Amino acid sequence: MDILSRIAQELEAGEDERVAELTREAIAQNLAPKEILDRGLLAGMNVVGEKFRAHEVFLPDVLLAAKAMYAGLDLLKPLLIRDGVPPAGKIILGTVQGDLHDIGKNLVGIMLKGAGFEVIDLGHDVPPARFIDAATENGADLIGMSTLLTTTMPVMRQVVAMIEERGLRGKIRTIVGGAPVTAEYAREIGADAYSFDGSHAVERVKRLMAEA
Amino acid sequence: MRQAVNISAADVIPEPEAVLRGLSVPEGVAADLRFQRLLRAALDILTARSCPAGLFGEIAADEFGYVYGGSGSNDPDTPLHHIYPKATGLALFAVTLGREVSREIDYLFHVREFALATILDAAASQAAELAGDAVEREFAAVLAANGLFQGETRLLRYSPGYCGWHMSGQRALFDRLRPDEIGITLRESFLMEPLKSMSGVIAAGPAAIHDFEDVFPCCAGCENPTCRERIRRALSG
Ligand code: B1M
Repeated sequence: MDILSRIAQELEAGEDERVAELTREAIAQNLAPKEILDRGLLAGMNVVGEKFRAHEVFLPDVLLAAKAMYAGLDLLKPLLIRDGVPPAGKIILGTVQGDLHDIGKNLVGIMLKGAGFEVIDLGHDVPPARFIDAATENGADLIGMSTLLTTTMPVMRQVVAMIEERGLRGKIRTIVGGAPVTAEYAREIGADAYSFDGSHAVERVKRLMAEA
Repeated sequence: MRQAVNISAADVIPEPEAVLRGLSVPEGVAADLRFQRLLRAALDILTARSCPAGLFGEIAADEFGYVYGGSGSNDPDTPLHHIYPKATGLALFAVTLGREVSREIDYLFHVREFALATILDAAASQAAELAGDAVEREFAAVLAANGLFQGETRLLRYSPGYCGWHMSGQRALFDRLRPDEIGITLRESFLMEPLKSMSGVIAAGPAAIHDFEDVFPCCAGCENPTCRERIRRALSG
């Protein structure tokens, strides 16, 4: 089995130390960093995502795999930057103002990073303007908002409206999620996408990026 | 009567199996060894970092009606609206695990210990429920001491944010119970700080008062009908 397939396999098994070791080895063999990322790390993470959706593996497995993903990515990142390889997309993520629940948002962030996106996590209790300022300052493609409370859902609407007001519609897209949020609500407020979990969020974001 | 409840960390540590269920791992799926180790580590952290505290205050049905009315944002009809007038005892309650647990979860995420952070979060959510159980037991003891706990008496908790009781009801509940005494404060969005906290009313009475059909406006859009299991447990004793 070639080294990239081994990286993918160890990542699937959540073996972070082995993934780091093999990534180092692949770098030493002068394999292109982008190859190591795509055919090693991302390939492994994709399998984990598919198995998770098919209920063949569960959240604990995904989290262990994500940790292994980072172990490899940390080594590759400087090389990818050196080679001018852009991330799959840049996303501003946060839990909206008034809400402190961020476990779901964190999981979504882990999955997005695992899929090769650059995620700038603003944490929780994020005011509407901060999402947009962060997106413009960092040249982000997308804003991802999470909330678990019905009382704070209107903040999502404010962010979408503010994007419109600032003439950024189409330039910065939005994805929303969290327990009380529905696809219908996302449509109603004019968000570009809705997602119900981390691996679905990855799919939706990939689609949004492809449409851009 | 208003009473603070001493809850020890040991009282709120959930069973490892329950934590797995909380992480949506189906029954019968065994966690691998690495994961079991993380689970044990999470429970150790929870034991070390949680400072559980609870408070309850008895309240008469008519006074509760006022608290329950809150800011007038409840659904037009709710299960609790029919339950509380039939209760033989009512107590507002609040519990918290304190700030340290949430800080630890944030820290673990920050240092990319995702699995440990997520397990600790799930365990702490269950610990908050167990703290609620501890307060419920204390209220049951008070009822029993006053001869108000009969064989068929069952206690169940109801919380703002569930079953048509609007989240804004937290304000009236807080005004009346004053959980700031045990370190819980209310934000404008009616969220409590620390995050791992719970509030509501404990209703005591014959099991049948807790039983309701899922015909209320809130039932229509409910994706998490935990009430069914709670009712089943209440009815089966
Ligand atoms: C950007 O794109 C995206 C895409 C996808 C996105 C996304 C963003 N963000 C999330 N997603 C999605 O992907 C994630 C990964 O799969 C998912 O993220 P989630 O965050 O949904 O999922 C997490 C991984 C796990 N999920 C959770 O941890 C939340 C689960 C539920 C059952 C829940 C729990 C466990 C808890 N709670 Co409470 N709690 C509930 C929740 C009901 C539910 N079904 O969600 C909810 C959020 N709680 C609620 C309430 C009312 C409350 N809770 C309270 C307390 C608690 C516990 C302490 C017991 C515990 C802790 C929660 C925590 N996270 O720390 C109280 C508030 C606490 C406070 N500090 O104020 C209290 C107010 C009750 C009370 N009066 O005591 C409800 C809010 C209702 C409302 N009207 O807003 C609630 C929806 C339950 C309900 N009624 O159905 C998806 O939503």
